[in-house]
Amino acid sequence: MDTPSAFSPGRRRWLAGAAMATGLPAWAGRALAQPVQAPQTRPIPSSGEALPVVGLGSWITFNVGNDPVARDACAEVVRAFFAEGGRLIDSSPMYGSSQPTIGHALAKLRHPAALFSAEKVWVGDAARGAGQMAASRAFWGLQRFDLMQVHNLLAWQEHLPRLLEMKAAGRLRYVGITTSHGRRHAELERILRTQPIDFVQLSHSLLDREAEQRLLPLARERRIAVIVNRPFRQGDLLDQLRRHPLPGWAREIGCDGWAQVALKFVVSHPAVTCAIPATSQLTHLRQNMGAARGPMPDAALRARMARDVAAL
Amino acid sequence: MSEWWTYRPVDLLMFAPRTYWRLFELHNETLWPLQLATTLAGMALGLGLMRGSTRALRAGAAGLALCWALVAWAFLWRRYAPIQPVAAVFAIAFGVQALGLLALSAAHDLRGTGQRVRRGSGLALLAWALLAHPLLALATGRPLAQAELFGLAPDPTVIASLGLLLCAQAGTRVTRALLWTLRLLALAWCLVSAATLWTMGSPQGWVPLAAAALTLGGLWRRPHRRAGARVKAP
Repeated sequence: MDTPSAFSPGRRRWLAGAAMATGLPAWAGRALAQPVQAPQTRPIPSSGEALPVVGLGSWITFNVGNDPVARDACAEVVRAFFAEGGRLIDSSPMYGSSQPTIGHALAKLRHPAALFSAEKVWVGDAARGAGQMAASRAFWGLQRFDLMQVHNLLAWQEHLPRLLEMKAAGRLRYVGITTSHGRRHAELERILRTQPIDFVQLSHSLLDREAEQRLLPLARERRIAVIVNRPFRQGDLLDQLRRHPLPGWAREIGCDGWAQVALKFVVSHPAVTCAIPATSQLTHLRQNMGAARGPMPDAALRARMARDVAAL
Repeated sequence: MSEWWTYRPVDLLMFAPRTYWRLFELHNETLWPLQLATTLAGMALGLGLMRGSTRALRAGAAGLALCWALVAWAFLWRRYAPIQPVAAVFAIAFGVQALGLLALSAAHDLRGTGQRVRRGSGLALLAWALLAHPLLALATGRPLAQAELFGLAPDPTVIASLGLLLCAQAGTRVTRALLWTLRLLALAWCLVSAATLWTMGSPQGWVPLAAAALTLGGLWRRPHRRAGARVKAP
């Protein structure tokens, strides 16, 4: 089990002072002044760069349109995410107004240096991919993305060569591909075997374990980072679990709720680099980030967790 | 999207229910006090239709054309489309419906229906849209500020329009075709709205569907009996 490191007292004081100097709300300064443990990280296999094991998704939760109150609430979630040591934020042109909502939050936070931006290209006509990515950069207010993924394998044969060219030219840092809901795993497996990608994004949860059979071992073998989406099955899993008391083993791995159980199950898999739960609520964000700290289940406990949850 | 048939409606819902209902709150705030004017105009329309006035029918069609255009631009295009891109298509359809209602208001052969059941159904739909639909917010645990109001929000505007279109009939084939097209577009929205609300888990999904059922019931015409059909054979 990993022992997470804590921020040093000097760094905490600096963060609290920085919060006051930059006009952050009082609670943010107080939160930063607390001894916040740094989240556990995993290296991106192709570069060795460390990523916290819990990131932030934006499907549904950040699609709030032109609502200024909701946009500000999302900005506070992003602020708390960085304060908790988070880095990777994931979005897509498919997610409605999520991109401008993220852009609003980043502008409000003066573009935190810790950000690891993960975007997607989602257009059937590959010739329109460059324009879509430019629009995405404008929404985020960024010069370049860290990671660009082909969304849901759409026109991947055309998009991937272009993304790899962009990476070679320094206009991207990493290239990836995504799927969700357990779809098209056979095709994804072919891509993992044949394409020089850095990341793969797929669905995996306590009740969706198909990826464990072939895709996760293959990603590990091919040194491809894995981002896990839908760790809560879009909330359905937690709705199903919340009426049951936490099993005794949940306390052993430092979980104080089912959300942390579900996340620790996912991010403790040796092939997984990070999970990207989405939320627009501060309390949920903090619970999610809590799953990146403390002891993680080993293979035997992971098997027991899956068995026990399936039996509920 | 590949394998689209394997997606459930809830997988395609792009926004949270609270985001959807907030749209109405922001919309109402922006357009206040237009709500008073549209509600009063709707009541005047109801009184006119109760009296069977053709002038009320024409004015109502013209007024509803304005309402559909307003909903298309101010709600569907500016509020809803940012969280649901398909709403841009709905906005165009609402614009087309507005033009159709405007054309109907100018049709020389437009007149009120003589069928009491049909007119009663139409007036009931109008009354629901004006008086009961806004209260669904409270009934479903939302603040009144999120009420969907006639003339400004899609559902009550569509339901009221179905009411007017039930009360109307036409003398020529062209106007009859126009009437049916307008009814079908409004009925199509009822299906879209019911699907959206049910996917969000809102019990309110039954309302547009019930309005559609009442409209179809009102339009149902029993087949004419042939002369002598009641005469029993010796």
